[in-house]
Amino acid sequence: MVDLLQRFGRGWIGAFERFGRATLFLLQVIIGLPSLFGRGFLLVKQLYSTGVMTLLIILVSGLFVGMVLALQGYNSLVRFSAEEALGQFVALVLFRELAPVLTALLFAGRAGSAMTSEIGLMKATEQLAGLEMMAVDPYKRVYAPRLLAAFIAVPALTAMFGAVAILGGHLVGVEMLGVDAGAYWSQMQSEVSFRHDVLSGMLKALVFGFVICWIAIFEGADCIPTSEGVSSATTRTVVYSSLAVLGLDFVLTALMF
Amino acid sequence: MSNVITLDENAESLVKIRDLHFQRGSKQIFRGIEMDLPRGQITTIMGPSGTGKTTLLKLIGGQLKPAKGSIEVDGQNVPKLSRSALYALRKRMGMLFQSGALLTDLTVFDNVAFPVREHTDLPESLVRHLVLMRLHAVGLRGARDLYPAELSGGMARRVALARALILDPTMIMYDEPFTGQDPISMGVLLDLIKTVNSALGLTSIIVSHDLHESMSISDYVVIVSDGVVVEAGTPEALRASESPWVQQFLQGKSDGPVPFQLEAPDYRDDLLGAKHG
Amino acid sequence: MNSRSVEILVGVFMALFFVAMAFLVFKASNLTSLSGAKGYELSAYFENIGGLRERAPVTAGGVRVGQVSQIEYDGETFQAKVTLTIDEQYNAFPEDTTASIYTAGLLGEQYIGLEPGAEDEVLMPEDEITLTQSALVLERLIGQVLLNR
Repeated sequence: MVDLLQRFGRGWIGAFERFGRATLFLLQVIIGLPSLFGRGFLLVKQLYSTGVMTLLIILVSGLFVGMVLALQGYNSLVRFSAEEALGQFVALVLFRELAPVLTALLFAGRAGSAMTSEIGLMKATEQLAGLEMMAVDPYKRVYAPRLLAAFIAVPALTAMFGAVAILGGHLVGVEMLGVDAGAYWSQMQSEVSFRHDVLSGMLKALVFGFVICWIAIFEGADCIPTSEGVSSATTRTVVYSSLAVLGLDFVLTALMF
Repeated sequence: MSNVITLDENAESLVKIRDLHFQRGSKQIFRGIEMDLPRGQITTIMGPSGTGKTTLLKLIGGQLKPAKGSIEVDGQNVPKLSRSALYALRKRMGMLFQSGALLTDLTVFDNVAFPVREHTDLPESLVRHLVLMRLHAVGLRGARDLYPAELSGGMARRVALARALILDPTMIMYDEPFTGQDPISMGVLLDLIKTVNSALGLTSIIVSHDLHESMSISDYVVIVSDGVVVEAGTPEALRASESPWVQQFLQGKSDGPVPFQLEAPDYRDDLLGAKHG
Repeated sequence: MNSRSVEILVGVFMALFFVAMAFLVFKASNLTSLSGAKGYELSAYFENIGGLRERAPVTAGGVRVGQVSQIEYDGETFQAKVTLTIDEQYNAFPEDTTASIYTAGLLGEQYIGLEPGAEDEVLMPEDEITLTQSALVLERLIGQVLLNR
């Protein structure tokens, strides 16, 4: 019994210690951010490996999510003869919740895990130590560009997800189920506020991108430099960042809407 | 035993280590190491596996902080240096990692050019000259467009050497440069280390347990075991040493002061199933 | 992957981002609330606003001319004070305009309808619409019907 308590206590102390290290790590990365001015090529490279590489999966998922939303929404709304509100329904659900959350989850699975394993392998193959010995600060050269890239890429991907999903909703709702096209777009325009709905969703996406990338680079830099260490760090990245996204989504929704 | 042994009283030492303590977790790795590594010469640090030779290099490079003691490189106490001073010092140190530690997403050319591009604003034509000179020196000018994954282990180390040399360092540290090399690439590496050291007036520190190879090119050898310096001197002096430990190490005898058997309960009792644990 | 194609693809990526944002701004949402709603404010007092909410539309003749920007309770008059933001181009409502709270459909969203009067004097910004008609509250209506029988 006491042993159990001790293990419980040790677990908490370990978690706090890790969180503290992660916070210090993040501070150092943020201090390294200004060094990116004038070294845009680092950012471009990371935008490529985070943003461009995630683009396809985001577009495809967005299209399908929009189509499913239209289908489900139509079936519910048609009972109240309110199918004209379909555009509004699809857009609000997307902008406020689904676009930022699903984009963040997909980003964590695609780009976050890749980031962790890349940094973990750089650690395992002594590339990080090599950089340090060449007097190159990995915080500035390796971590900071990734953080900034995720900070840009996730909102960008969220916007694309939303746009494609609305088109998917149009495809199903208007083209297939016969909702009036004018009603679809005008209801959407009159009820969706750019500031309250679209920008709040973007703000969520910014926060998610930041947190996912923080987790991903910290797990990579903190991993045990062996094959198992890297693979378990990659798993942790996906699990922790998914949990963080869902938890933060609740908090942000409570604060914003 | 006296731990401070200098080869030549006149030779100024580049690295001075005093009373160095370091521990990882609960394991005490160094317990008061003292050594002076002479400037302009090749020094090999040897010792059984697991004595923390690589750790020692990382301590000299400032990647790890000792629990106690000082490490002076060219008069500067590494553990006490500020971050920027440490980075300035590192530009004058080269380090060759066991795996080469080349950046996998860059070509050989870009890898060698990397430190120059990071630290200077030299025009690209000059960078090209510098890189080709170093690559030529290690005999791999023809590999400039390959990626590290396409190189053999020995070639990767030669590229890493070219990269370590590009900023004209005062000293180079080699971490196990000979492990896992076939005789030819071993010979190439040995030659390179020796010629580079004399041609550029470097100070080289090699960490290795490949006895004969490293003794053949070293001017000075330090043997570390169990957290302290056991013996230090020229290769000849070591071969003539009377210490049974040194003799066991140099001749590779399986039994001696370092026992073949790890400490264990009595063999007879163990076999007869006597209670243990 | 050479750096030229990386740069091109990142350029395409960012261009897609801007296209998507433009789509969201112009096609899928209304920007009026971002610019602080270009328009002028009018106020109106109602006995009961029913289920009226902020950002509900304000219409005249069925055409949207503005939105409800603020709703508060006035402790002195014991009435609900509703602030309307009317688009700039509709700046000639007569002084005796009536503001009524209507319901879109039987159970739909509530909105404010403006019926212009006949006066020559025009409502100026910050003016008050004095003629108002409160929301129809279903329960009260049913209660009246029952009592009058």
